[in-house]
Amino acid sequence: MKFENYMTIEFPSKSSNEAFARAAVAGFAAQMDPTLEELGDIRTAVSEAVTNCIVHAYPDCIGTITLRCKILKNKTLDITIKDKGVGIEDVDLARRPMYTTGGTDRSGMGFTIMESFMTSIVVKSSKGNGTVVRMRRKLQGCK
Amino acid sequence: MQLTSFLQDGKLTVALTGEIDHHCAKAYIQAIEGKIEAYTPHTCVLDFSEVTFMDSSGIAVVINALRSITRIGGRLILSALNEQPKKVFKSSGMDKIVDIQEEIYEV
Ligand SMILES: Nc1ncnc2c1ncn2[C@@H]1O[C@H](COP(=O)(O)OP(=O)(O)O)[C@@H](O)[C@H]1O
Ligand SMILES: [Mg+2]
Repeated sequence: MKFENYMTIEFPSKSSNEAFARAAVAGFAAQMDPTLEELGDIRTAVSEAVTNCIVHAYPDCIGTITLRCKILKNKTLDITIKDKGVGIEDVDLARRPMYTTGGTDRSGMGFTIMESFMTSIVVKSSKGNGTVVRMRRKLQGCK
Repeated sequence: MQLTSFLQDGKLTVALTGEIDHHCAKAYIQAIEGKIEAYTPHTCVLDFSEVTFMDSSGIAVVINALRSITRIGGRLILSALNEQPKKVFKSSGMDKIVDIQEEIYEV
């Protein structure tokens, strides 16, 4: 058995689900005894990835977002956020600090924050085929 | 979104509350811009003491406030940040562009 526990939720890309998604992950991660700072980091990264699905993946429609969390051995939380939206043509460019295709209410710092708040992040995407963001966070006390 | 503000000696203090994310960012951006344009303060203090969470949408709120206040030659101060918002500002280098003060700014 490679995991200790997991959960999957699916919800429509409505902005009211941003708060729900980070609260759901925080509730699930609570069993790992995270510090307050670790929980804050995880909530922030989830909020960024889910907001990107809502704003960028489905700009003119409501689509489905799938959020999956796994607790791995060695106090590691694995989070996958997936959409079937417009996709990203150039992922390296999209990940650059301050790069945004959004308006003035976007800062272009979402990926930068996910990178600095999580232990690792992998982004898989291509134009027209949606996006998968997979992040891991090792918690205090891992080996 | 819930926001209270007061003006004293040309200094506008705007207190933000709760969690700042994309869901409420636009409303904050418009409300703060409207107040800066209406009162033309020399200083605008964004009081973060009641903000319990923010993501990069909060950065956009501050950048837009900075743009509005700079346009009229004023100065922006962020005050009383909790740990999580402070970490988001620092990780994005915002602490180098705006003044961050520990306590509520006193005259
Ligand atoms: N799930 C997604 N689907 C399509 N495009 C995305 C997605 N996530 C991110 N992007 C693209 O990457 C850019 C950078 O994202 P991010 O760093 O979060 O900044 P912001 O959301 O403020 O624009 C976005 O402006 C968008 O063009
Ligand atoms: Mg983003």
